[in-house]
Amino acid sequence: MSAVGANTLLSVRDLRVGFNTEGGLLQAVDGVSFDLAAGEVLAIVGESGAGKSVTAQTILGLTRSPNARIEGTVRLGETDLLGAGDEAMRSIRGDRVAMVFQDPMTSFNPVYRIGRQIGEAIRAHRRDVSKDEARERAVELLDAVGIPDGERRVDAYPHEFSGGMRQRAMIAMALALDPEVLIADEPTTALDVTVQAQILQLIERLNRERGLATILITHDLGVVAETADRVLVMYAGRVVEEGTLEEIFYDPQHPYTWGLLGSLTRLDRERPKRLPQIGGVPPSLLDLPAGCSFRPRCPHAFDRCAELPGLDARLPDAPGHRDRCWLDPETKRERRPS
Amino acid sequence: MSRFVVRRLLGMVAVLFAVSVIVFLVFNVIPSSDPAQRMAGKAATPRLVASIEDEWGFDDPLPQQYLTMMKKVFSGELISYFGRENVDERIVEGIPATFSLCVGAATIWLFFGLLFGYLSAMRAGGTLDRALTVVAVTGLSMPVPFIAALFLNYFTYKTEIFPSGGYVELTADPLEWLDHLIVPWITLAILYVGFYSRVLRSNMLDAMNEDYVRTARAKGLSERRVIRGHVLRNSLIPIVTLFGLDVGVLLGGAIVIEGLFSLNGIGQYAYESLKNVDLPPIMAITLFGAFFIVLFNALVDIAYAFLDPRVKLGESAQ
Repeated sequence: MSAVGANTLLSVRDLRVGFNTEGGLLQAVDGVSFDLAAGEVLAIVGESGAGKSVTAQTILGLTRSPNARIEGTVRLGETDLLGAGDEAMRSIRGDRVAMVFQDPMTSFNPVYRIGRQIGEAIRAHRRDVSKDEARERAVELLDAVGIPDGERRVDAYPHEFSGGMRQRAMIAMALALDPEVLIADEPTTALDVTVQAQILQLIERLNRERGLATILITHDLGVVAETADRVLVMYAGRVVEEGTLEEIFYDPQHPYTWGLLGSLTRLDRERPKRLPQIGGVPPSLLDLPAGCSFRPRCPHAFDRCAELPGLDARLPDAPGHRDRCWLDPETKRERRPS
Repeated sequence: MSRFVVRRLLGMVAVLFAVSVIVFLVFNVIPSSDPAQRMAGKAATPRLVASIEDEWGFDDPLPQQYLTMMKKVFSGELISYFGRENVDERIVEGIPATFSLCVGAATIWLFFGLLFGYLSAMRAGGTLDRALTVVAVTGLSMPVPFIAALFLNYFTYKTEIFPSGGYVELTADPLEWLDHLIVPWITLAILYVGFYSRVLRSNMLDAMNEDYVRTARAKGLSERRVIRGHVLRNSLIPIVTLFGLDVGVLLGGAIVIEGLFSLNGIGQYAYESLKNVDLPPIMAITLFGAFFIVLFNALVDIAYAFLDPRVKLGESAQ
């Protein structure tokens, strides 16, 4: 695990993404900041609509709606990604920052061979690579992500692959140009549980072997527990808690994080009669409650929650562990379900 | 792939057989009146009816009758008793006009339909898109006879820019051929331009929201390559179906246009025969039209297997 701030590769500061809609301004991402170091796995966790995917797509410049309003800074090394022009962003996408998407079934174009689609990624950035060389490279990449018989499979069409194989091929395509940052947006959500574990192991291995900085977006804390170094918990467009994997799992500070952890099924505990869940539904982003957005669902809410808590370090011995909750740490430890 | 092509072509033969049986039943068996009487048409005399009765073997068992009819159609012995002429010869004479009309109009509508659809989709919601939408919907909603009447009125009677109708063989005089066909081509193409541009526009807008297009952008392809290589490529697949089927239908004769512009093709022959309730040509033209529809259906399926690798039906299941 790398120390926060040291050899930062990707730095996101106060990222805000809003969309003008008929119902008013929808603030999908509201002031998200984080740093990502080389070789680090950062997990962004939250329910649907928390702003995880929008954050990821904005980093890559894929938030293309004319109604989008994007503020803040995203820096990759020395490059300002939000200020970069279309051509500059194009040359970064796939080359320095690559992305793997949720649904491997629909993320490949059904009419082209897998090898051709991987080759296309290579040749978009390396004009001097011939089609044959790109194909050779695709075979090596399929091999690297554990697809056997790459020489033959490289000529297969997407529908001839299983879901797990497609996601491996997707990862192979993302790795084609040795990117510095890999963004994986719910990479295992559409897969069988056994395949999920294989894909996570693959991402972890690549992260280790290649020093690939990884942003792993998921709603599944089980996935986080297996792979992440650091965790960002998002709720309604804001980061509500951030810390190392240990801090989040063993000393969670935000009641929303407690809820997420409480709804995990665990084999090392007695089975609850009913799977715990967080009461209520996430608020509409067009009509957020004043103050803490989690307040209406929070069993521990009190007067002060009408005021928005800052994302602050509230534990003296853990400066990197920050949260947005007014409860004092002692009260939290008493009330928190173990 | 070759197995698929062979299978599809065999299937086509089976469908054509079924069509011919249905035509036979509809024309000769199902109506309760005397088939020889109907076949003779308006010019019926008792002697003619009796000789038709004998010639077509209407007293034979049905399979025998079917064979007699098919033999007449395919041996070129089918006679129109009303017009006293050989039906197959008339159809063959009509082919150049009908095919010229169809191929020319199809070229025009494919070019402009795709161009307008592409521009609309690329500027969706903009002024150009709105303007093209108006053009397309206008084309879609104007009946062909109305457009033809407008064109005939302004381009031929009032200004005499173009001839008012008739067909000149391409081999006889290419310029005259073109001159006589331009107005019918445009008239026929207007409807399809509207239709194709709307279809391509909506296909492209759908494709732009596909995950694989996002993937294409995420890997750093230029916008031009995202659009041409992924959005347009996939949006054109359904257009191939439409185009194949539309051309197939028109090759069997464009009844209204040919009639209005006196092109003397198969469509016009069909129109005249219908007007005169002249059964033998109607029967033959129905089979002729069905042949092209079925043929182009098969061609579309085969083209599909090349364009969309997911369509290789049954090849691995044998």
